Amino acid sequence: MTDAITMVRRNFTHTLRNPGAMIMTIGMPLVLLLVFVGVFGGALNVGIGPAQHSGSYIDYVVPGILLMTVGYGGTTTAMAVNRDMTAGIISRFRTMAISRTSVLTGHVVGSVIRTLVGTGLVIGVAVLLGFRPAGDPVQWLATIGLIALLALALTWLAVGVGLLAKTAEGTAPFTLVVQLLPFLSSAFVPPDSMSGAVRWFAAHEPFTPIIDSLRGLLLGTPIGDSGVAAVAWCVGLALAGYLWARALFRRDPS
Amino acid sequence: MTSTSSVPAIAVRGLRKSFKGTVVLDGIGLDVDEGTIFALLGPNGAGKTTVVRILSTLIGADGGEVRVAGHDLAGEPDSIRAAIGVTGQFSAVDNLLTGEENLVLMAHLHHLDRAAGRRRVAELLDQFDLVEAARKPAATYSGGMRRRLDLAMTLIGDPRVIFLDEPTTGLDPRSRRMMWQTIRRLVAGGVTIFLTTQYLDEADELADRIAVLDHGKLVAVGTAEELKRGIPGGHVRLQFGDGAGLDAAARALGEVSRDDEALTLQVPSDGNVAALRALLDRLELAGVEVDGLSLHTPDLDDVFFALTGHPTETTEAHQ
Ligand SMILES: Nc1ncnc2c1ncn2[C@@H]1O[C@H](COP(=O)(O)OP(=O)(O)O)[C@@H](O)[C@H]1O
Ligand SMILES: [Mg+2]
Repeated sequence: MTDAITMVRRNFTHTLRNPGAMIMTIGMPLVLLLVFVGVFGGALNVGIGPAQHSGSYIDYVVPGILLMTVGYGGTTTAMAVNRDMTAGIISRFRTMAISRTSVLTGHVVGSVIRTLVGTGLVIGVAVLLGFRPAGDPVQWLATIGLIALLALALTWLAVGVGLLAKTAEGTAPFTLVVQLLPFLSSAFVPPDSMSGAVRWFAAHEPFTPIIDSLRGLLLGTPIGDSGVAAVAWCVGLALAGYLWARALFRRDPS
Repeated sequence: MTSTSSVPAIAVRGLRKSFKGTVVLDGIGLDVDEGTIFALLGPNGAGKTTVVRILSTLIGADGGEVRVAGHDLAGEPDSIRAAIGVTGQFSAVDNLLTGEENLVLMAHLHHLDRAAGRRRVAELLDQFDLVEAARKPAATYSGGMRRRLDLAMTLIGDPRVIFLDEPTTGLDPRSRRMMWQTIRRLVAGGVTIFLTTQYLDEADELADRIAVLDHGKLVAVGTAEELKRGIPGGHVRLQFGDGAGLDAAARALGEVSRDDEALTLQVPSDGNVAALRALLDRLELAGVEVDGLSLHTPDLDDVFFALTGHPTETTEAHQ
């Protein structure tokens, strides 16, 4: 436990020394936010229709942007883990009598906190752009909880990807998936407006219930059974990611 | 020397390791007494790093028995980790942290309390001449500084057995001397050192016992004296101006190895001055003009040639 805390502290110092990771986490989502609200906002407003969402398009799109922020957080973590694994220091850790996975725990905790700060900043900018959240305190807490849970899930998966990849470039597939899946979900337009196979996929992929839950919690509207589905997906992915990453870390280093 | 009945710091029997079907270690056995320096000598690719990585619990072996600091490698790797320190061939420092932060990180991971940790860090910064650079990121360190920081990090936990994989490769002569001094000081304090090197002179200088590793097998184990006794690699190299001179000299000297392209002859020699004078006298008597002469003492190539019957494959790494 003390080893894990030491490793978390190491991760914080890394973030301070290398602010690029933080900038990347929030930079792209902010750009997307500006593009979707500023450029497509008007057109999409019409597409979504007033029946479903009384607010403006920005209220609809922010939850998806938050999810992408978490995704980008995972991307930077995958690269940081990979950089760590391919540097010499990890060999030193492995020959010391410390808790085996404390290095990974350090990355995960650091990443989740970084991601929470990042989503906080993104929400702040969104509010400046006209986002009007309407959740009560309990819903806000649930929002933070869900984002943290999602961050945990994506981070453990990212750690696994970072461990598996031979080079930093090898983490690209993860980046691609977390960038692409939101577009094939309810992040930017409702799945109902999509066609055929895409609609089916969007309705069943994990990001859709997570985004729907976040949207409901932020806007103070009912979330139905998407809440249960969101939590189940997150817990399942976190567990799978954790077990996978642990197994990868236990292999002999090359 | 302590009594021979004491448990060796490192005991290895029948160690084997293959990577994807390629045998890298083919049954290695060695013992290292506590408080001594053991040098594993071999050219690039011999398997030195692989031995260190296995003995230091980094990677698993395919077979064999290993005990380090009295603990079984397969059964109690964590007990071994608590007793050893490792400085690998490639630097194992955290580049984003400063030198001081790297050491503090190690102090934390060894669970030193605050005051003791701070004291030890200050001590090591001073000892390794890193006080001025302490607050700079390790990424900005020179090769020599990085090596010193690396070793300082290894020493934080006061390990009883230390592995050093090619500790002086790539260092300038002064840094090399300093590293040697540090190693001697550590051993004087009762620590056991297992080091690898490509340099015969380094093994000669430091080690109580030397093992020569070639293609995954130990081809010789002994003190430097024992090893060199059997090695006839010392020779005199004679340079001639033309083929006629070379021919005449070869005739006059009899059994010598010649290189027609370089116009040189190699005559076995242990550096004895009287024998050298006799050699030159014979050439003068035969009326042969010698352009140049150089004397070679046995080096790793000679050790290898003598022990294995083939030269080392990588000669660019040492010279
Ligand atoms: N992880 C690995 N995978 C495949 N081959 C390896 C690996 N590590 C070392 N080898 C091979 O094993 C041999 C010995 O390598 P090494 O132990 O690094 O030698 P040395 O340290 O003496 O230069 C080399 O031929 C090297 O290519
Ligand atoms: Mg090596």
